[in-house]
Amino acid sequence: MNSGYLINIIRFILLVLVQVLVFNRLNFFGFINPMVYILFLYWYPIKQNRSVFIGLGFLLGLSIDFFSDTMALHSAATITIAYLRPTMMRFVFGINYEFQSFKLSNTTKAQQFTFLALLILVHHLVYFSLEIFSFANLLLIVKKVLSIGLASLILCLLFGSLFSVDKE
Amino acid sequence: MQQIINFIIRYKNFLLYIFLLILSLAFTIQSHSYHQSAFFNSSNWIAGNIYGISHGITTYFDLDEENEKLLQDNKKLRDQLFNLESSATINIDTANIKYTIVTGQVIKNSYADQRNYITINRGKKDSVKQDMGVITDLGVLGIVENTSQKFATVQSVLNKNSNINAKIKNTNHFGSLIWDTRNYDIVQLIDIPRLVPLTIGDTIVTGAMSSIFPENIPIGTIKKFDLDISKSFYTIDVDLFNDMTNIKNVYIINNLEREEILELERTITNE
Repeated sequence: MNSGYLINIIRFILLVLVQVLVFNRLNFFGFINPMVYILFLYWYPIKQNRSVFIGLGFLLGLSIDFFSDTMALHSAATITIAYLRPTMMRFVFGINYEFQSFKLSNTTKAQQFTFLALLILVHHLVYFSLEIFSFANLLLIVKKVLSIGLASLILCLLFGSLFSVDKE
Repeated sequence: MQQIINFIIRYKNFLLYIFLLILSLAFTIQSHSYHQSAFFNSSNWIAGNIYGISHGITTYFDLDEENEKLLQDNKKLRDQLFNLESSATINIDTANIKYTIVTGQVIKNSYADQRNYITINRGKKDSVKQDMGVITDLGVLGIVENTSQKFATVQSVLNKNSNINAKIKNTNHFGSLIWDTRNYDIVQLIDIPRLVPLTIGDTIVTGAMSSIFPENIPIGTIKKFDLDISKSFYTIDVDLFNDMTNIKNVYIINNLEREEILELERTITNE
């Protein structure tokens, strides 16, 4: 259990640093900055207190906001996916995930992919709607969500396969 | 009572979520209209120092290029100095100085968001304060918004909330410089009356209406102009002189008369 805490703390710090020092400066095509810190919420153990999870999500978003001068946009987007995660899991993995023996690594690749894509989609949708904050620019929101979402997804998948969580 | 407690316990996650969401929305929306929140900005101690360390490492990679830029800037100033006829008679007396300059370096830059902020490695310790102008050797960069002991955040011209007084060079037709968030090398100059003759390629400089920037600091050139919806004012696309994606050395301008000007303006509004 203790090593579980430790791993999560290290993961938290490393993901924040990687996000703000590397990916926030990428500016691929001038505007694509993938958000890889979502992986924290993807990897976080399932059988944990939900309130703590939402609190952690808030803290994670806040740390990113601190660095990137985005007010509290990341926090709002992150708590939304932290709150909706159980719903998404039920949607993707079916009733299965409520069993004690359920592990993310035991599911099929397609299920993991769908789950990650869903997290990223909702996160980016909330983030860019709040950032742009006008429905006159709906097309811009869609463009940003799709292009940056795709970049985030690819990078998250790469990171996911690099640091696999099989051991947990 | 029992039922209320039961309700709270049952929906505690939902309530927590709503509470945190409202909190973050409040922070966000509050700064949509006015200054960035004093709390959520990268001039704070932790973010500033981490960016400082990262800057310390990456700064070596483009030293050559930066040196070349500074040489060019020096050359320009020397050209002006040598061609100044009465250079010997200028008294540098503190009573005559209107502006003082602080130099600094960018430690974090962004240009892909709607509200871009730049973090620089100068703060209260170097007497950098809110609402000082920040420029580079090429042109205007932004206005200082928040400061900590060692760092400051600068509201870039590439920011939805940015609004800088600007005019067409060698005339007195002034307007406001804003950004439509679309393109990081193009900003918009609005409120120039229809009567003004415009040519593509004309230079846009800062105007005399602001107590933040000195007059005649270059901004960019006219790329394209159109009449706005009311058909009586121009909306001008301005091609920035600065490459906003590549900024290292900056100058922070302190207007020593600003306090006095603000004081005077305050007495007028009070009456």
